[in-house]
Amino acid sequence: MPIPCEFEYHKPKSLPQAVEILSRNGKNAAVLAGGTDLLVWMKEGLRAPSAVVDVKGIPELHRLEMSEDSLLVGACVTFTELLESAVVRLRFPLLWECSRTVASVGVRNRATLVGNICSAVPCLDSAPALLAYEASVVVHGPVARRQIPVAQWFLGVRQTAIRPGEIVTGVSIPQPDRKNGGCYVKLGRYRGEDLAQVGVGVLALEGCEYRIAFCAVAPAPARAERIERLLYGCDLSDGLIHRAQDLVSQEIHPITDIRASQEYRMHMAKIMLERGLRAAVARMLGGGPELGESVI
Amino acid sequence: MKKVPIRFRLNGIDRELDVEPADTLLEVLRDRLGVKSPKTGCDHGDCGTCTVFLDGRTARSCLVLAAEADGCDIVTLEGISRDPSPLMHQLAKHNSFQCGFCAPGVVLSATELLRANPHPTRREIQEAIAGNLCRCTGYTPILEGIEAAIEAAAIEAATIETTAAERSLP
Repeated sequence: MPIPCEFEYHKPKSLPQAVEILSRNGKNAAVLAGGTDLLVWMKEGLRAPSAVVDVKGIPELHRLEMSEDSLLVGACVTFTELLESAVVRLRFPLLWECSRTVASVGVRNRATLVGNICSAVPCLDSAPALLAYEASVVVHGPVARRQIPVAQWFLGVRQTAIRPGEIVTGVSIPQPDRKNGGCYVKLGRYRGEDLAQVGVGVLALEGCEYRIAFCAVAPAPARAERIERLLYGCDLSDGLIHRAQDLVSQEIHPITDIRASQEYRMHMAKIMLERGLRAAVARMLGGGPELGESVI
Repeated sequence: MKKVPIRFRLNGIDRELDVEPADTLLEVLRDRLGVKSPKTGCDHGDCGTCTVFLDGRTARSCLVLAAEADGCDIVTLEGISRDPSPLMHQLAKHNSFQCGFCAPGVVLSATELLRANPHPTRREIQEAIAGNLCRCTGYTPILEGIEAAIEAAAIEAATIETTAAERSLP
């Protein structure tokens, strides 16, 4: 299937050049990193940019490095690069586990974390981890650089806080200052390549703090703040988990679509919350299922 | 639209041509350069039939603009099958494919896996080829073929070791 729209292809070598092309073209410009969403959207007619700006020629966007206590993931860093990074695996295991569930190897070799959050589809696998680690999105524009907390980034289905002319240069992920354990639970129709019907990420931190985020069950991925408040300061018990599960229907708003019904998603979200909580705590204590091992 | 001049290495040979910005790498490989092992399946990155190696890693050529291939090293099944690998021999021996449409993608994905991890578990093999859909076989003969190649490589490695040990005997 040919791409039906006509556009000019740009491959700037520096960030100022990219920002200049983007501001010149405004809403008609599209940033190309891995292209695994953009090309599909162009083929389907969802996007018809007149300028495609390939940012892979900008060296600083390929950075994947720790600076002070944060991990900087540049806009061109692929999921495969994240999975092959010892720093990600050891210090940000929840991000590692989310990354492993994205599409397939051949897609992960091209697809980027930043592209994933810019696409902002409701089922994006990387969102629960970024929300739980309280990451921020680094954005460069013609005037200034700004940093947007991930919690304020997702505005709706395929809608983000980015403005025309701006480019996301990376994501900054602070390393938790305490011992912690994470678990991402993804429900697909089968193991292997599928979009999430429900996704829940749990980050358990020493001192009985639990950060919980859902994806695929609302227009935008989000933290489950009511559940977090209920659990805060408490050791997990069967009774407490049941009370947390009772709150799930207040936190998420799933719909019925081709992949699952609303009722099934709601039912499974409760089960996945329990399994995610238990696995995250077990991992924090040095046990639990091996990282990457599905608990559903 | 303004054409984009690109230069890249394809199966070891340097190529140079002008492409339309909207041309995908898959279209250019098949329609301009006559390289037909990458197939047009779903054309949306889901089925894996268009798989090629791009700078040593599998990529979906239907989701890569030809313009992006400038400066890259592209290898397709044609590039690695002049001298068939033990993996290819075992896949043939086990009748791993029927219609063959998925075969180039499966071979490249399995090759990528075995390069990084010569002794994968069945689970790891399944994960590596999860992005390559086969509608004929139910995957069992494909998995058996890949596992036989792993076993054959292990036997060969053991034989080489034994022979070396025998040679070093007084």
